[in-house]
Amino acid sequence: MKTIMSGNEAIARGAWEGGMEFASAYPGTPSTEILENIANYKDVYSEWAPNEKVGAEAAIGASIAGVRSLCAMKHVGLNVAADPLYTFCYTGVTGGMVFCVADDPGQHSSQNEQDNRNTAESARALMLEPSDSQECKDFMKLAFELSERFDTPIIMHLTTRVCHSKGLVELGERVSKPIVPYEPKIAKYVTVPANAKVLRAKLEDRIKIMREYSETCEINKPEYNDKKVGVITSGISYQYSKEVFGEDASYLKLGMSWPFPDALVKEFAEKVEKIYVIEEMDPYIERHCKLLGIDVIGKQVIPSFDELNTDIVRNAIFGGTDKPRKINEDAVVRPPTLCAGCPHRGFFYALSKRKNIMINGDIGCYTLGAAPPLSALHTCICMGGSLSMAHGASIAMKRANTETKVVGVLGDSTFFHTGVESLIGAVYNQGSSVSIILDNRITGMTGHQQNPGSGYTLMGKETTEVDIPALCMAIGVKEENIYTVNPNHLDEVNKALDEALAKDEPTVLITKWPCALKKFTEEDKANFDLSPKKCIIDQDKCKKCKSCVGVGCPAIYNSGDKITINQDSCLGCGVCMQVCPFDAIEEVK
Amino acid sequence: MSEVKNILLVGVGGQGTILASKILTNGLIEAGYDVKMSEIHGMSQRGGNVSTQVRFGEKVYSPIVGKGEADVIVAFEKMEALRWIDYLKDDGIMVINDFEIPSVPILMGKAQYPEDILGKLSKVAKTVVLKAGEIASDLGNPKAMNVVLLGALVKAINVPDVDWHKAIRDNVKKGFEDLNIEAFDAGFNA
Repeated sequence: MKTIMSGNEAIARGAWEGGMEFASAYPGTPSTEILENIANYKDVYSEWAPNEKVGAEAAIGASIAGVRSLCAMKHVGLNVAADPLYTFCYTGVTGGMVFCVADDPGQHSSQNEQDNRNTAESARALMLEPSDSQECKDFMKLAFELSERFDTPIIMHLTTRVCHSKGLVELGERVSKPIVPYEPKIAKYVTVPANAKVLRAKLEDRIKIMREYSETCEINKPEYNDKKVGVITSGISYQYSKEVFGEDASYLKLGMSWPFPDALVKEFAEKVEKIYVIEEMDPYIERHCKLLGIDVIGKQVIPSFDELNTDIVRNAIFGGTDKPRKINEDAVVRPPTLCAGCPHRGFFYALSKRKNIMINGDIGCYTLGAAPPLSALHTCICMGGSLSMAHGASIAMKRANTETKVVGVLGDSTFFHTGVESLIGAVYNQGSSVSIILDNRITGMTGHQQNPGSGYTLMGKETTEVDIPALCMAIGVKEENIYTVNPNHLDEVNKALDEALAKDEPTVLITKWPCALKKFTEEDKANFDLSPKKCIIDQDKCKKCKSCVGVGCPAIYNSGDKITINQDSCLGCGVCMQVCPFDAIEEVK
Repeated sequence: MSEVKNILLVGVGGQGTILASKILTNGLIEAGYDVKMSEIHGMSQRGGNVSTQVRFGEKVYSPIVGKGEADVIVAFEKMEALRWIDYLKDDGIMVINDFEIPSVPILMGKAQYPEDILGKLSKVAKTVVLKAGEIASDLGNPKAMNVVLLGALVKAINVPDVDWHKAIRDNVKKGFEDLNIEAFDAGFNA
């Protein structure tokens, strides 16, 4: 039976069919739905990890204990999980183990564009590259077998278009894989230098065997048509290539791209006349071809950044220019924005009015605090980085003898991800930055995943919530230096900011209000006044000063001659009401 | 059925393009077509513009549509029709919901909502214009706007061998089947 599935759904299905027992991940676009879908298979265990490194380590532990396991992450998550990956490639596995890694060419939802095929090669992990949903499922099932056969973790290299495109998938049965009984293997798994040096040498032997497989396996078969043109490609680029060349070219599609199938590529190169390498981002295949002395046309015509599509490939190969525009007028940009009723808005509004301040931001919905009119975020580098960057910057400001105060801002999930360590660094080293945690009771941007502060697990079980103020105290922040405020109440936010910024020691400010889009729990309903409210503008009192427009709420419309609040989208957070100097905005129930 | 057809559903996050494209793809699959569909998740959903691409035929490779390649575009919001017009084939059909959602620069009074979009578009493309929100409200549920637009889209695609009512029954929330079928028919006949 065929059913339509996204790449992420198919990865989940393939893992289940492949006898996987344990899955762990930290959510990140475009990988998030892998674990969300695995959680639908109730006969296997799945969980959210606080970060990608923890998720990878948990899956490694499960593998060593004898079960098939996986971890999943977006591309930058592999940077966090790189430490266990590199060494686990030395030790190898007991139960098959797969790192599902989703790159984001074109940066649809990411702070950078990195090609993790390089990481797979650098870590020496066997790499598979599915090009559609059917292959996601099939390769995933195969991955566990290969992992055990070659004693290696697998990198399942995915990209946004593979993860988020849907195609038809033929389903199969779940394989029954007996769990390997545990026995300690100290020489294999304790990587003290004496053991690790032996493992390093053994890894080279394994690479040889894996390369032989790569040169002969079913997923690396040439597809000969017209031999005047040969295309070497992998992943989604194969689909674009087929669309552009059709039957007028021969193809070598690499389903397994590390170890690189040297002999197979040489053989293909001898049989075709002109060779194109079609790949997104870095010249990974091209570099290998050139090392083999094969003359290929790759990045000299194919763009080396942003995602490809059929159009781009066709124009790159056959020339051609963009068609003329049908209408010479641009649509007004529609940037993503903090939602109406978002609890981050009030906080960022208050912060935006501060002078002489450096605001370090982080990865999440609140990065949108950088957008006008708020413009209240000055940096964003990586997950969990805001608090440590704020600490370093505050020391730098002191050394420069400036009065500039420094804050770091992150969300609850990002705090648990790697922000906790950043706070430890700031407190232990007696810094004076203000660490601000925007606790909206859920992981927002990726679509409401549970986290250690939300009270539920991925599988829906109630669990212990991390008590953020108590954790901060345990780290060493004085109780009187921890402020918890309602971010919708500007006076409360301003009072706490005044006090925290005046102190020359570590302070923590926690804003606590649930995400406006969240499906509220009973606990949320008990702890917060979430009764339905709206704000309306009394047009008789409104002087059109536009103070309310300055909060950047998508429910407020300044048409030029009138300012109104859209009653369908307003949630009555009341921030606009507090900034109106003429009391022209009122709350209605 | 050998030729691959390209459909784009464009709008603003939260307008229900995902459900409409789900019904569309399931209907096409039941009729035996190979189908690929692509959507973008993540940050772009926070009030940004969203697009879903659907391609169907005997055998489909790429899940995404290039400029000038769409047979039919359905714009759930008027300005989005303007944004995507260059993706339409010269003889393609643009189905437009006569409905405005101002974006942040417009809300703030920093930019103007483009004037006479319908007039401009009708000069360069075959357009079908409907007020899907009002049609859905008249049927008793403004949220069925997306299925009204699906009806108009399906008429423009012209694939008679699909049982659309079944596709709707199979994919909408239980208890809302009849309302959605009415909405679909209203869009189809608009």
